[in-house]
Amino acid sequence: MGQEKAIAQKQLFTPFNVVAGIILFVGLILTILRFTKGIGAVTNLDNNNPWGLWIGFDLMCGVALAAGGYVTSSACYVFGLKKYHSAVRPAILTAFLGYALVVFALHYDVGRPWKLPYPIFVSQGTSSLLFEVGLCVFLYLTVLFIEFTPAAFEWLGFKKIRAWVVRLTLVLTIFGVVLSTLHQSSLGALFQIAPSKLHPLWYSGYLHVYFFISSMFAGMSMVIFEGTLAHRWLHDKMDETHLAEAEGVVLGFGKAASFVMMGYFGIKVIGIAVDNSWHYLTTGWGLWFLVEMIGFVLLPAILYSVGSREKNTFLIRIAAVWSILGIILNRLNISVIAFNWHLPSAERYCPSFMEVGTTIFIVTVGVVVYKFIVTRMPILHEHPDYKEDH
Amino acid sequence: MEFFTLHDFMTYSKGITYLVMGAILIFMPLYWLYLTDRDD
Repeated sequence: MGQEKAIAQKQLFTPFNVVAGIILFVGLILTILRFTKGIGAVTNLDNNNPWGLWIGFDLMCGVALAAGGYVTSSACYVFGLKKYHSAVRPAILTAFLGYALVVFALHYDVGRPWKLPYPIFVSQGTSSLLFEVGLCVFLYLTVLFIEFTPAAFEWLGFKKIRAWVVRLTLVLTIFGVVLSTLHQSSLGALFQIAPSKLHPLWYSGYLHVYFFISSMFAGMSMVIFEGTLAHRWLHDKMDETHLAEAEGVVLGFGKAASFVMMGYFGIKVIGIAVDNSWHYLTTGWGLWFLVEMIGFVLLPAILYSVGSREKNTFLIRIAAVWSILGIILNRLNISVIAFNWHLPSAERYCPSFMEVGTTIFIVTVGVVVYKFIVTRMPILHEHPDYKEDH
Repeated sequence: MEFFTLHDFMTYSKGITYLVMGAILIFMPLYWLYLTDRDD
């Protein structure tokens, strides 16, 4: 009995659980501070910089990196690429948790959680892009939740309702692609109302197109990255089908990401040509822009292409992490770093350690919930009762 | 490059844009061939 207790304690106090526990504890304290003392007590936000790390990272990066859901499900169900079927459930789960955490993080920035339904059900600002983003995120989160439920129903043994939801797969996928097209681009369009605040190299009349196109390779890179982590840490939860299809997913998505990234690089150059912003490239900001474009778009795209041609999944996995960092850099550049670029440095925004701590807390919540679900529900493997059911 | 009228600016910037677009239209199919030429 004593030995069993010791084993259970050993299983509970793993390095992951201890680190996650500490982060969650600190995060709860920060949460209490935020909602009792106000936003000014925990952030460096002010009237010049009303949007900071919580919008720039938690929302902008969160939505872009959750794009794997619509990319993977449309590849599988709309374009009929069934060889990627094993990647759909992990991608849908990541997307669902990603969007859920975006909404969760938004509470910290906006405050008054009980007012969350107001923009949709009480006072619709139909002329605002934020209303469109809010409506799309609300609808898409619902779509992702429904797309995720078959895994939960299989786990709970609810066969009839599971069969009913599975019939909706194609409709939900199409709805998801439509909603993603709308709100991924609208997040970029939000910054089109601030041409005087955003640096001309990042500002463009095509900003909404850039956000949508970049969300595609962000999603694909995230699927590859998440698959890599799952292979490393959750190998025992995967069945033979998942393991056999994993390399094909990495090679296929790597190739597609490389092509989309090259196209993205091309339309970014078109944007500079249209606005005739070439002369900014020789400034300090221009150098930073080139770091983003060449260092975090062109080079990972080339690495993806070499990896796909050589069938080298290691290179593709490195390119995936590199691309994810590029997307994070791009979103932070647009929403924080190159925003209010003309302000003197004393008035520029720099996140407080409590903002950073809250962001780490929110990411940790996502990782913990992901691990909880994946270790229990048929996400990385097929439920034995439904093996022939797709 | 100095511009005196909007027409000057549009002629110059659109001219460069069309050249870039043409280059991309040629480059992207070639890049796709480069990506896929070793596929079975």
